[in-house]
Amino acid sequence: MVSWYFRPALLAILVITLAACGPSAQDARPGAGGGSGPALISIDGSSTVFPISEAMAEEFQKADQNTRVTVGISGTGGGFQKFCRGEIDIADASRPISATEVAACGKSGIGYIELPVAYDGIAIAVNPKNTWANNITVAELKTLFSPDAQGKVTRWNQVRKDWPNREIHLYGAGVDSGTYDYFTEVITGKAKSSRGDFTSSEDDNVLVQGISNDELALGFLPFAYFEENAAKLKLVPVDDGKGAGPVSPTPDTIEKGTYAPLSRPVFIYVGKKAAERDEVQRFVDFFLKNADTLVREVNYVSLGAASYTASADKFAKERAQ
Amino acid sequence: MSTRALEWIIERLLFLCAALSVLTTAGIIVVLAVETFAFLREVPLLDFLTGTEWTPLFANQQFGVLPLVVGTMLVSAIAMAVALPMGLLSAIYLSEYAHSGFRRVVKPVLELLAGVPTVVYGYFALTFVTPLLQRVFPTLSGFNALSPGLVMGLMILPLVSSLSEDAMRAVPQGLREGSYALGATRMQTALKVVVPAAFSGITAAFILAVSRAVGETMIVAIAAGQQPRLTANPFVPIETMTAYIVQVSLGDTPQGTIEYRTIFAVGMLLFLMTFGLNLISTWLRERFREEYA
Repeated sequence: MVSWYFRPALLAILVITLAACGPSAQDARPGAGGGSGPALISIDGSSTVFPISEAMAEEFQKADQNTRVTVGISGTGGGFQKFCRGEIDIADASRPISATEVAACGKSGIGYIELPVAYDGIAIAVNPKNTWANNITVAELKTLFSPDAQGKVTRWNQVRKDWPNREIHLYGAGVDSGTYDYFTEVITGKAKSSRGDFTSSEDDNVLVQGISNDELALGFLPFAYFEENAAKLKLVPVDDGKGAGPVSPTPDTIEKGTYAPLSRPVFIYVGKKAAERDEVQRFVDFFLKNADTLVREVNYVSLGAASYTASADKFAKERAQ
Repeated sequence: MSTRALEWIIERLLFLCAALSVLTTAGIIVVLAVETFAFLREVPLLDFLTGTEWTPLFANQQFGVLPLVVGTMLVSAIAMAVALPMGLLSAIYLSEYAHSGFRRVVKPVLELLAGVPTVVYGYFALTFVTPLLQRVFPTLSGFNALSPGLVMGLMILPLVSSLSEDAMRAVPQGLREGSYALGATRMQTALKVVVPAAFSGITAAFILAVSRAVGETMIVAIAAGQQPRLTANPFVPIETMTAYIVQVSLGDTPQGTIEYRTIFAVGMLLFLMTFGLNLISTWLRERFREEYA
């Protein structure tokens, strides 16, 4: 659902961002704080975090007519590259900054403030009439979704012996989605690597429709989206094989990180230089103040109001250093 | 003078209007051809036409279009299995049995079916027909070829019945009277005289209907699924050529990439299929028309 709504906006923003990335963007920025024209805040990075940043940017620009916020989607890695070159003010990241990226930023003297903004969880769902799949291990998910499984693993009992000898119908988030990237990364071990013979849709409604009407279905979809359709789907607890046993995704287990490995926090990284600017401060404050509501609105798991307040304190303290 | 000038302007305007539709068609063909050639530079034609795996959006890209073609044909076959007998029977009834007053009411009502937006048919298949069928076949998936096929059959039913009925009504009354004079019953007349006499028109109607079914998009995009799979099993999710084009057009596949070009290659193939069917239909009508002076 998210992807449908945001896609046109996403393209438009991308074009704007590209246009703004010319040499003039850097010339324009110093003047942004004061005097002429609207102030500009540039954000880039993970497409997973994009819906959150985009929603924030939209709301913020409604409240603050004099500031323009552009949000790009270069991916987490691409975002950090630009961030460490000082080309953007805020990096969207669906993982913490890596050691090499820390080094790159250090080299160019870019300081940053890390702020977790939401949890992204992936739910494994089956049809409510499914009586056998009461949990699934990460290894079994790998058997099911790895590229080698294509055309070969097609029945339930090929995944676990005591599951029925019936066809399995797989559904999953579309290949353009961050959910797909993350799922493949942690399940098959390589991002964007999976079998290709399953119902793959950018539109989460299609997945819900499919799984809820198909007794033999199994699929993965964004957790928050599952929550909206909880009555039509049955959640399958996931066992990461590390001894904790199967864990169901709930806002609680996702928040505590016990629903592993299919949950992760997502972040924004604010440049310290940028944080000195008035409009960036206002934007980040606005972001953290409204995160609890807006994050839920775009179907992510909120970190909880208290956590955002703590982040706001952290932001105020660190930017003063 | 001024009238002549006006004449001239009107003539040119009319020509422009006519040219516009021709140019549009030409433009579509050119775009399809250009992108398809670009696609075929990267994927050999033989692999495209004979490959059995279609995963252009995934890391391990396979460009075998057969699963999509088979999916399209499966749904179309189911649709025709509904539309042919029902369409033909209602045409026979309307042409040979119904009173003219009754026909005047029923025919437009039947044709109304063709006026229902296909998106409505799509959701009708997905949210009504599929659950209904699941009571009979508990193993039926939420997305499957059967339900959209049946609904599509309903949709093209008026096309079959209306065109067939026109063909049957064009059979001269004298033939029927001759048949009755020989002592034939109404049914014998209808099946042994009228239907054979109108055969070319009926066949043309069938082929047009197949072409319509092959090109139908909304119903299958909504109710048949998005899983390219080489199967003749109507109970499982499949993907048709049109549904694939919809899927990719809605995603953020960047322009100019091979993934993007697949939709033109598939579109070209689809165009050739329906174009061929339409040509056959026209040819049949011309070639086998029974002339009654």
